[in-house]
Amino acid sequence: MSAKQKKAGKAAKGLIHEGREYSAERLQAMHDMMLFIRRFEEKAGQLYGLKKIGGFCHLCNGQEAVPVGVNEAMNEDDVMLTGYRDHGHVLARGSDPTAVMAELLGRAGGIVKGKGGSMHMFDDVRHFAGGNGIVAEQVPVGLGFGFASWYRDDGRVTLCFLGDGAINQGAVYESFNMAALWKLPVVFVVENNQYAMGTALDRASAETHLFKRGISFKIPGMQVDGMDVLEVERQMSEAIHHARSGQGPILVEAITYRYRGHSMSDPATYRTREEVDEWRTGRDPIAKLQAQMIEAGFGSEDAFKQQDRDLKKRVAELVKAAEAMPEPDGSELYADVYRDPIAGAYPYPDGAN
Amino acid sequence: MSKITFREALNQAMCEEMQRDDAVFLMGEEVAEYNGAYKVSQGMLEKFGPKRVIDTPITELGFAGMGVGAAMAGLRPIVEFMTWNFAILAMDQIVNAAAKMNYMSGGMYNVPMVFRGAGGAAARVAAQHSQSLENWMANVPGLKVVMPATPHDAKGLLKSAIRDNDPVVFIENEICYGDIDEVPDEEYLIPLGRADVKREGTDITIVAHSRMITFVLEAAEELAKQGIEAEVIDPRTIKPLDEATILASVAKTNRALVVEEGWRFAGIGAEVSARIMEKGFDDLDAPVARVTGKDVPMPYAANLERMALPSTAEIVEAARVVCNRN
Repeated sequence: MSAKQKKAGKAAKGLIHEGREYSAERLQAMHDMMLFIRRFEEKAGQLYGLKKIGGFCHLCNGQEAVPVGVNEAMNEDDVMLTGYRDHGHVLARGSDPTAVMAELLGRAGGIVKGKGGSMHMFDDVRHFAGGNGIVAEQVPVGLGFGFASWYRDDGRVTLCFLGDGAINQGAVYESFNMAALWKLPVVFVVENNQYAMGTALDRASAETHLFKRGISFKIPGMQVDGMDVLEVERQMSEAIHHARSGQGPILVEAITYRYRGHSMSDPATYRTREEVDEWRTGRDPIAKLQAQMIEAGFGSEDAFKQQDRDLKKRVAELVKAAEAMPEPDGSELYADVYRDPIAGAYPYPDGAN
Repeated sequence: MSKITFREALNQAMCEEMQRDDAVFLMGEEVAEYNGAYKVSQGMLEKFGPKRVIDTPITELGFAGMGVGAAMAGLRPIVEFMTWNFAILAMDQIVNAAAKMNYMSGGMYNVPMVFRGAGGAAARVAAQHSQSLENWMANVPGLKVVMPATPHDAKGLLKSAIRDNDPVVFIENEICYGDIDEVPDEEYLIPLGRADVKREGTDITIVAHSRMITFVLEAAEELAKQGIEAEVIDPRTIKPLDEATILASVAKTNRALVVEEGWRFAGIGAEVSARIMEKGFDDLDAPVARVTGKDVPMPYAANLERMALPSTAEIVEAARVVCNRN
């Protein structure tokens, strides 16, 4: 923070970042959510190790500033959807964390009744449309949400997340083209965490400046420090304004880093410990915001430590609550295959195979 | 009653539903300004404007997925594939997104949309443009698969498909677009999942769908001359399958033949004959037989193409075998 900004920060009630003012409450909320996601993911990792969480489990430790900053810039009725690394997104959206944990544990009280698991979180009340397991599948789907807003002229923006791996799928460019052609209100948010599973960005992408990938579709691009939640919030606000004001889609590349492997089964031997440490200790988004808050007089190390203990306790409690839930009832097996089951016609709903 | 073509029936169904419900719209390649590659959407752009009749780029995966998202957001898209051959490019969105969304979201996001277009064998267009893929689609839980054989059925079924709250795969046959049939002047719907008895008979049940109905009815006339009265059942909806109507017919005739244009291996005929064996075994006086397309990519040469497809003669012959009359 420059001396000039510091001065402005003292004069104002909130923290001034690049000319934008953030109240102490707002900073605290962003901080708490990022730290909560961190502790939630750590616990999910432990539960996976105990074989209580099955299947694939992709953690987002290190990337918390992206979903939290984006959510901070969104309206409540805007739409968010992403790929399979979705825990942080659904939590940032404000969904019930006990239901998210119960989903990971395959319980009846899971956010999608235990039918989706780690990769398929949904929350229609909060307009969180997945949780999509096929790389880049959510991009055309997100385009459809944007299309619906254009069709109804409802003023909503769709925030469609994808990763640096997804950016090379053909579906992305098909979607870029149509989004630009019809000026749909979609913000494409590329979470560039440097690795598509075990493949470093420059081994898979001819153009590694991913924000430029929309240029041939006349889609403007922005690059944002995804390890800085205030920067994410600030630049996403601009991007969302662009989309909402009828100027069409925009592409935002958030530079970020995942501290853990691609999934729980990935020891991440394709990168050095030094590299990981450089991000963890040098660029951690939670530590960064804490330092900014301390400097602005909105927190102290002791207070953050206490908050961390509280959040860990909260996570432990919600795990306990989720673990106490029963598994889904057997009748759920056939439920929801169709919204309109056809009575009497095989194989549903009467029908066993 | 009015006499209209298959393509007019589809057009009327879409227009009526779009007039009834603002959430319904049509998109696909050449559907608007060109009036449809097969003229199914003739005049619709003029009637409904460019917001509801939308020309897409040639980008099947992208616009299929766009339809899925729009449906999740509460619209009711009709996505036209110029032909189902091109829908193969969109398979991820149909199978992984549309079909599974309601289930994997715990019932939160349903996908009320229709994927429609021409399928089955066309004429002299060779391997990549002539094939039946309904068994792929019907294998996927979450999809409903509809294949009308007549303009009358096409109109009533398409209206039901558009109103349905699940993704419906609606496969037309290119060669049938010009077929003429009588349809009621007043509005009518045909519910999904209900078979139709296209011809009553007592000696053998022949189950077929889509264009094969024409072949089977022709074969039935020939069989009648030989003293065999065939009952012809058109499921119309492949999935969910109205097996009750099929089984009731088999209980009456005690013999069954399944005819399909598609490939034999793991085809619709395999499924229907397995159902008859599982649930109607005691009614059978002879093994169930199948007449199918040959397990080869469609060749171009006219004689080879004829050989690759089921023929009326093959159907007559197979029915005679089932009836112990060979």
